[in-house]
Amino acid sequence: MRMLINVAESVVADALRGMAAAHPELAVDVENRVIVRRDAPVAGKVALVSGGGSGHEPLHGGFVGPGMLSAACPGEVYTSPVPDQMVRAAAAVDSGAGVLFVIKNYTGDVLNFDMAAELAEDEGVQVAKVLVNDDVAVSDSLYTAGRRGTGATLFVEKLAGAAAEEGMPLERVEAVARRVNDNARSFGVALSACSTPAKGSPTFDLPAGELELGIGIHGEPGRERRPMMTSGEIADFAVHAVLEDLDPRSPVLVLVNGMGATPLLELYGFNAEVHRVLRERGVAVARTLVGNYVTSLDMAGASVSLCQIDEELLRLWDAPVHTAALRWGR
Amino acid sequence: MLDADFFHRWLAAAAAAVDREADRLTELDSPIGDADHGSNLRRGFTAVVATPEKEAPDTPGAVLTLAGRQLISTVGGASGPLYGTLLRRTGKALGEAPEVSEAEFAEALRAGVDAVAALGGAALGDKTMLDSLVPGVDALPTSYAAAREAARRGALATIPLQARKGRASYLGERSVGHQDPGATSSALLFEALAEAAGEAPGE
Repeated sequence: MRMLINVAESVVADALRGMAAAHPELAVDVENRVIVRRDAPVAGKVALVSGGGSGHEPLHGGFVGPGMLSAACPGEVYTSPVPDQMVRAAAAVDSGAGVLFVIKNYTGDVLNFDMAAELAEDEGVQVAKVLVNDDVAVSDSLYTAGRRGTGATLFVEKLAGAAAEEGMPLERVEAVARRVNDNARSFGVALSACSTPAKGSPTFDLPAGELELGIGIHGEPGRERRPMMTSGEIADFAVHAVLEDLDPRSPVLVLVNGMGATPLLELYGFNAEVHRVLRERGVAVARTLVGNYVTSLDMAGASVSLCQIDEELLRLWDAPVHTAALRWGR
Repeated sequence: MLDADFFHRWLAAAAAAVDREADRLTELDSPIGDADHGSNLRRGFTAVVATPEKEAPDTPGAVLTLAGRQLISTVGGASGPLYGTLLRRTGKALGEAPEVSEAEFAEALRAGVDAVAALGGAALGDKTMLDSLVPGVDALPTSYAAAREAARRGALATIPLQARKGRASYLGERSVGHQDPGATSSALLFEALAEAAGEAPGE
């Protein structure tokens, strides 16, 4: 095993201690695994709480702060957090205006957040939920657990977070979150498997010279394996997969997201190809974000997320945000 | 009749089995899941058996209800709510009686398994923990040894199936050929049950 860790059991707690040391503007409860913006609860403001397995950093803790999440609950590596964490987070950030849970569509996340919503409501917190399910690699059929929630989670958290910051009531913040999810789609590729600290070796075997198409963010293989392709060929495949499902009639937000082990040199090159394909398809780009935002430990690869926007969503995207991983406008 | 001690023995045996098999469960979870099933369950069952003796509940129903709550609070993932619900709902079905009959227990466990199916929206043959829980609970009225064997066979029978629920379902046809880690850990519960009842170990 080549990992910069002490022992597998303490990786999440160790990371939280480091996060606390780096970001005094966050209140990090290492023992209970809750990250809260220090000025919460903000009077009159709807609070946003998200969470999920660790290993996707900066998602979600890196997105806690003014303009985005009020609190995040990191679970164990690739394991959803437990309801106690979400209830604690909701109680810490609720100003009385209610809490929106942003939930990625994975069985564990959904079950734990559903239980937490019930418990929080028992304690008098008004809770709304939005499910992010943007991954076009999974067909949305009766026989599967539905599409996965992946890169578009960033769009939902940023845009709904800005709506809450503007003072919109819970129903409107929830409506913005749903509109964003309905208009966002993603597709991911892996050039290598990742290694979880618990296992210490790659979660699946991906020989050199091959790639996985249609991966999620939990180290699971994709739907299909093919011989290695160029950055341009991958961009063609990924963008077409997204556009097959989303036919944008207005400009889009673009997220070219690294899975953790792919350097920016490659991600920017890939972004150039993504823009080329979008241009060829006549899709206008409003804003672009390139970097490691919704990662999968040390996996090499990238995902493309597109979100069709209107004037209101563009205003919310450009609104100030001040978090550990996303920061602009103030 | 089964008393609280019997259920404490069951949970202790389950915790020992999960601890012993944790690496294998995680290994099974890596090609089709996310390589953490063993470590997550171990964390949960460690919490269950760590309850101080003076706080340990003294009715069968309360023992299982508390254990279920502890699993929900410590395991995470899908396994936490599902296993937590299994034990909590079984415990609630047992009520507050100081002792329960084996038939009452089999009936209560059936209620727990039904609650798991409802929560996860899965059915027999979807390549989930239900594929060993259902045959196990079906065989329970016969004997603990029969339930152990039925659950074990149920777990093995998941190998050729295509997953239709849970994270493995995202792999589609590529989930075929792998034994389901959840069905495997569920079979351990029946193994522990047979052990608590004093049955000789199976093969």
